[in-house]
Amino acid sequence: MNAFAQTPETGFRLPDPDFVPEELQMLRAQVRRFVETEIQPHAEAWEEAGEIPRDLFRKLGALGLLGMQHAEDYGGTQMGALASVVFGEELSRSTFGGVTAAITVHTDMSASHLSRVGTPEQKAEWLPRICAGEVVCAIAVTEAGAGSDVAGLRTKARRDGPGEDADWIIDGSKMFITNGVYGDLLIVGARTGGEGARGLSLFLVPRDTPGVSVAQKLKKHGWLSSDTAELYFDNVRVPASALLGGENRGFYAIMQGFEHERLMIGAFSAGEGAKAIELTLDYVRQRRAFGKTIWDQQATRQRLAMLASQVAMVRAMVYQTALALDGGRPVSLETAMIKSTGPEVLHEVVHGCLQLHGGTGYMRGTPIERMARDARILRIGGGATEVMLEEVAKRI
Amino acid sequence: MKVLVPVKRVIDYNVKARVKADGSGVDLANVKMSMNPFDEIAVEEAIRLKEKGAAEEIVVVSIGVKQAQETLRTALAMGADRAILIEAADDVHTDIEPLAVAKLLKAVIDEEQPGLVIAGKQAIDNDMNATGQMLAALLGWGQATNAAEIEIEGDVAKVTREIDGGMQTLKVKMPAIITADLRLNEPRYASLPNIMKAKKKPLDAKTAADYGVDVAPRLTIVATTEPPARKAGVKVESVDELISKLKNEAGVL
Ligand SMILES: Cc1cc2nc3c(=O)[nH]c(=O)nc-3n(C[C@H](O)[C@H](O)[C@H](O)COP(=O)(O)OP(=O)(O)OC[C@H]3O[C@@H](n4cnc5c(N)ncnc54)[C@H](O)[C@@H]3O)c2cc1C
Repeated sequence: MNAFAQTPETGFRLPDPDFVPEELQMLRAQVRRFVETEIQPHAEAWEEAGEIPRDLFRKLGALGLLGMQHAEDYGGTQMGALASVVFGEELSRSTFGGVTAAITVHTDMSASHLSRVGTPEQKAEWLPRICAGEVVCAIAVTEAGAGSDVAGLRTKARRDGPGEDADWIIDGSKMFITNGVYGDLLIVGARTGGEGARGLSLFLVPRDTPGVSVAQKLKKHGWLSSDTAELYFDNVRVPASALLGGENRGFYAIMQGFEHERLMIGAFSAGEGAKAIELTLDYVRQRRAFGKTIWDQQATRQRLAMLASQVAMVRAMVYQTALALDGGRPVSLETAMIKSTGPEVLHEVVHGCLQLHGGTGYMRGTPIERMARDARILRIGGGATEVMLEEVAKRI
Repeated sequence: MKVLVPVKRVIDYNVKARVKADGSGVDLANVKMSMNPFDEIAVEEAIRLKEKGAAEEIVVVSIGVKQAQETLRTALAMGADRAILIEAADDVHTDIEPLAVAKLLKAVIDEEQPGLVIAGKQAIDNDMNATGQMLAALLGWGQATNAAEIEIEGDVAKVTREIDGGMQTLKVKMPAIITADLRLNEPRYASLPNIMKAKKKPLDAKTAADYGVDVAPRLTIVATTEPPARKAGVKVESVDELISKLKNEAGVL
């Protein structure tokens, strides 16, 4: 029994649904090996440092793992939601939520906008380096005064002169931006029109543009290896070609990405949840108290059986919904259900599992302690549970 | 030169093997299966020979259940050129014994005429360490087992092997059989674009009957048991106590 070990002998892995094709099973095997050899042995040090080495992105890029959302012409493989779900689930099994966050914000939550609404010129300029891991992306929407209510954001972008060719000047600030400290390309939401959702646009802003500064590298409860920034934009000048998607079409572009993002958070919930159960099964089957193992206490068996069943259900819905999304069917209800409930199930799981680790689970350095901290944000980021439940309620 | 690499689908090295309730073998139902790690090393070595210009084509062969196709696709995604699947069993629990495998491989080799065969030194399921040797005998070819380094010089393969007390270097005239040891190389990842390309590489499906080889087992498995659980150790306070225990309790001094 070693609560500090990351790969116990007993495993809790659910078989793939029959519709997961062979190439995605092979993708899973490769990501799994990558996690075991390139992430798990080093990520503890990244948590300490609060930074993930750029080399990790390059290695992922070399294996083609950063381009699944991008077209082949730009160095990607254009794979769809099911592939991203497999990728996100396996990364999540690393037990390092911060690493999963840094990678998937780049692949599935920021650069994905560029592929979805970018012009061929914008794609050609950025995507090859994004797929190679040379350029790391961030999505900068949230502000200190506008989180759940995206339409309330106040960072402003104005044209510096008449005509479509004029530069844009961006002023304002952003809060809680993943990859905002060490990333290279910010996709920034800013107000270009009137109040509300219809006045927002997206901009491609290299982080080294004069006027962009990191106000602080934020200290967090979890996701310690992932950098999170407060950013200032002071008279930031970008060319007309930095406008991503149409003018005042930013909210629409962000919304288009929601379903995929919510699905990804479901995949993290399934992956982290199953891994937490795996670690805990290993622990309780060996830890003894009152003359038998903790696993032999019926209360333990029932609790873990219930949690395992709940994770299995989240996972089943995530896979089924990914298939539907790839098939072009509307899944806004399903993805809102997944985002509202997946992280809540995960919360139960990680805290239930920490409880079964006893005092050991409260100690820094045990994966379950870190997982309990890392899981917490999934109930807030990308749409808090309550906001998601409103989205569900609107549709039932 | 054409290089042929036989690959076996085995229980994944990460999985804790469990014995079937009736003791007839290891339970493989719903268990993760992967390419035998030594075979992965053999595939990697063949790809490196190709990259160095010492080989032109890599053919991978797997013998077993239909699902061994996945194992072949992995080899194709790593960089092999084409694959041959020989279906010889329906049940994942049916093990094809080394002699039958060697006979089938001989039949494939007679057709394919490779200049070199690189196999894993053994499969991690039964640890027989026999197929390569049997195949060399059936073909009348030279063999170099447990290779830690391979160099091709004209029609000779120079093979370094780890033996008790040091390294031994052999020269074998090709065609020859080489079996791969753990330290020969570290297999590469299959990149996602290569995984996608592997779908389009040729994979021939055959059956054992196509080659007229009888795969019926010649060995009988009497029993399969789990290794005995390790007993907890004891901590000693001093060297004196250790020596006393070794003398009086363990009786080894
Ligand atoms: C570690 C981390 C990383 C992040 N990364 C990014 C990033 O990369 N890019 C980015 O743009 N943003 C990012 N965010 C921001 C994140 O998406 C927001 O924190 C989230 O949307 C919630 O916004 P808020 O924090 O302003 O909370 P608020 O909007 O202030 O909401 C606070 C709480 O109020 C409740 N609430 C709000 N609205 C409703 C409602 N309609 N009905 C019922 N209850 C409600 C909820 O419980 C909610 O949690 C990140 C946040 C964190 C913590």
